[in-house]
Amino acid sequence: MNVLNHRILRIGTGAGFSGDRIEPAVELCEKGDIDYLVFECLAERTIALAQLEKLSNPNGGYDKLLEQRMVAVLPICYKKNIKIITNMGAANPLAASKKVQEVARSLGIHGLKIATIMGDDVADKIDKKNCLLDTTQASISDLGDKFISANAYIGVESIVDALAQNADVIITGRASDPSMFLAPQIYEFGWAMDDWVKLGRGTIIGHMLECAGQVTGGYFSDPGQKEVPNLAELGFPLAEIDFEGNAVITKVEGSGGIVSEATCKEQLLYEIHDPKSYLQPDVIADFSNVIIERVGENRVAITGGSGYARTDKLKVSIGYDDSWVGEGQISYAGLGCVERGKQAIKIIEKRISLTEINCTETRGDLIGMNAILGEHGNNFANPYEIRVRFAARCPDKFNAERICQEVESLYLNGPSGGGGVVTSFKKIIAVASTLIPKQLVDTNVKILES
Amino acid sequence: MLLRDIAHSRTGDKGNISNISVIAKSEKYWPLIVKEITEEVVADHFENLILGDVVRFILPNIQSLNFVLFQSLGGGVTQSLALDAHGKCFSSVILEIEIFNEDLINKD
Repeated sequence: MNVLNHRILRIGTGAGFSGDRIEPAVELCEKGDIDYLVFECLAERTIALAQLEKLSNPNGGYDKLLEQRMVAVLPICYKKNIKIITNMGAANPLAASKKVQEVARSLGIHGLKIATIMGDDVADKIDKKNCLLDTTQASISDLGDKFISANAYIGVESIVDALAQNADVIITGRASDPSMFLAPQIYEFGWAMDDWVKLGRGTIIGHMLECAGQVTGGYFSDPGQKEVPNLAELGFPLAEIDFEGNAVITKVEGSGGIVSEATCKEQLLYEIHDPKSYLQPDVIADFSNVIIERVGENRVAITGGSGYARTDKLKVSIGYDDSWVGEGQISYAGLGCVERGKQAIKIIEKRISLTEINCTETRGDLIGMNAILGEHGNNFANPYEIRVRFAARCPDKFNAERICQEVESLYLNGPSGGGGVVTSFKKIIAVASTLIPKQLVDTNVKILES
Repeated sequence: MLLRDIAHSRTGDKGNISNISVIAKSEKYWPLIVKEITEEVVADHFENLILGDVVRFILPNIQSLNFVLFQSLGGGVTQSLALDAHGKCFSSVILEIEIFNEDLINKD
């Protein structure tokens, strides 16, 4: 193992979600002097959708932008020996690795070692009768043939193994987001797998980095209150990490965005509940005593993190076929537009009962008025234009489409002056969570070479 | 005075649970924020938007509060019929809370 006691490890984020921009990743490779590039591309639901895709195409089920991203970064990563870690494997990490192998060869890159981390798919291992969903407390077997997928949030072990086998690119499925950042720290610094304080710190650094532009000024700007320069060319973050697990978060000089104490505080608290107890497969990270301190222009130090022994459970995302949603929108403008919008919603509600459209939940909104916050707030001044949005949950596509037809029918059958109808219907793949014993999950590494 | 004048905020979602941070713009506002922005105030402010409990966590080192709002996202992003299924807009809503005891701001 490679112990960098006195070196600084530099990890950059190449993506914070599956559709993220690609140029900032290239910029980090070219100008960030990074050792690792991590692409985090897997949201809760993405993996269930990917499992469905894999069912219809055994070579599919991985991230749609994988090829484009690899074409953009592989040549420079290979040249500079930047290791890539990503969960773009989604439901089919092995197919994703084969695609990376193919891209590498087509670019004339030979000898690239691509590691696939297998074992997060626990659909065949999980005790469906006794595992309860966190949302409904029903058992997984109650879902019957609506059950789609079960993927465990796996930790660092196999990623560290792959690094020890000199992998250049590591492709995972449902790895926990921070684990992709923690694994290279464990490997490079030689941290013990039960050094909970360091694992906690490394997890916190991963948490700061995993949403990419969200720590460099994305999802932050509020003109007049919080200014961010050049969001159109937002730079993605990199962390300079020492062997104690302290880090400086920064970005490439000259890139858009800002790294400040304020952006770092917002990201530290993003999607966490109890700051003392951030449950991860590798460690329980403790955010409660973290210190965030500006140490230079666009440079913020993160220290004071800690951690405790992990639990013996792993979280599992269960994807299932839930329902269909039909939705339609129509606009009204000028005097009386709000009244006409309200009338339109009433007409649809009545049509649903008159024509017996099968739906279990409906929602009528006036966009510009109450679509986001309901009847909350005091500002009910009449707007100059309003957009009606009507959505309903239905058991099947047929009924969802009938909702769309009812909204469209408002053109000829509704209030005066309705325009710009847009309708859509979609299948709802829902995701719930459950916990399983850690020993049930057995991950392993498979290496391909280009 | 509005909370927006002395704090900033970000919203995150996990399942049907929303979390909203409230971060002091300066250390001098911190005592006022801790005193005024309680679980009850936040629960009242969000009224009909949330069905479950509100829990507050305090992080003095970074002068921040973290509010966790249970059953607040119409079933969560994968199922909700809402236009803003993530509840991303909640951070702007919390900053509309009115602050009355301005004399609690540290003057030094």
